Amino acid sequence: MGEQAMGAAIEATLFLFMIALAICIARLRSLFAGAMLFGIFSLLAAGMQMMMDAVDVAFTEAAVGAGISTVLFLGALGLTVSEESSARNHRLSALAIVTATGLLLAYGTLDMPAYGDPEAPIHQHVAPHYLVDSEQEIGVPNVVTSVLASYRGYDTFGETTVVLTAAVGAILLLGGSAASASRESEASDAAASDGSDDGGEA
Amino acid sequence: MSDSLPRDEAPQKTPIKMRVRETIVLRVIGKALIPIILIFALYVQFHGDYGPGGGFQAGVIFAAGLILHALIYGLDALREAIPPVVVEIGIALGALLYGGVGLVSMVMGGKFLDYGVLDAHDPAHGQHLGILLVELGVGITVTFVMVAIFYAFAGRSRQ
Repeated sequence: MGEQAMGAAIEATLFLFMIALAICIARLRSLFAGAMLFGIFSLLAAGMQMMMDAVDVAFTEAAVGAGISTVLFLGALGLTVSEESSARNHRLSALAIVTATGLLLAYGTLDMPAYGDPEAPIHQHVAPHYLVDSEQEIGVPNVVTSVLASYRGYDTFGETTVVLTAAVGAILLLGGSAASASRESEASDAAASDGSDDGGEA
Repeated sequence: MSDSLPRDEAPQKTPIKMRVRETIVLRVIGKALIPIILIFALYVQFHGDYGPGGGFQAGVIFAAGLILHALIYGLDALREAIPPVVVEIGIALGALLYGGVGLVSMVMGGKFLDYGVLDAHDPAHGQHLGILLVELGVGITVTFVMVAIFYAFAGRSRQ
């Protein structure tokens, strides 16, 4: 019981910090501070996922959300200005739409089974088979790995392809491929040698 | 011509300003921390059968370690260690490894991605081998995809 109360206290603290951060980020105009606070928000989310025993998801959230995407935000900031430019106009209609959407989403969760309820439909379909038989069929103690890599191997293959497609899209749209890098370095070498020639003449 | 210039006076190519390059504390701590991050990523990769983790988690942790290296020692240092052409081969290699395991299991008489046939004696051993290989494929692709996206973002200069 003491452990549960402790967990609830930690979750409440994490939630409060996340709400405070979200309000801060929405009000900030400095894009640099916003990118940094997004990283902290992701780290808190990773802590929350740890509390829900989803350690795999917490790993990913900490590495991608707090680490890599913060760096990508900073990389994007290097290409733009560090302050949000347009003056902000607070519209009541926007507030109304956001509030209504939030209330609808909260209303939608009322029908859902309680978190961790063993009687929930999702735990009645194929999950008992995975939990009981995967040790014998797959021989891997971690059932999550068995499900992801073997029972649902098609899905994971599709996800890998999606990740691959993301990189192909980034390379095609933003450059940074091996071919364009060598072109750029040739161009900059040419520019550098032009510049030094000019310097010699001067 | 530009090779004769000292490195620090070379024109700044990257938009992320590498001013931390001069910060000795970051350099020393980075040198100690980055190998630990990379080894932890390998642990998450190959211990995924027993503990939490797997290819995707290992890939993003490994990529985070590499990107930290680029932040501390400069983008050009990482580009020298892992050239863009290696990254481009790597993103395809992992997905090919995953699909290849599926094709091999078809050739050996099973269905696509049915690893049980990979070991003639014990289907569970075949499953174990198949999971190890496809998770490795996922890890390779995710690592190089993250580095590729980082290169694409960090390599752009303000027009």
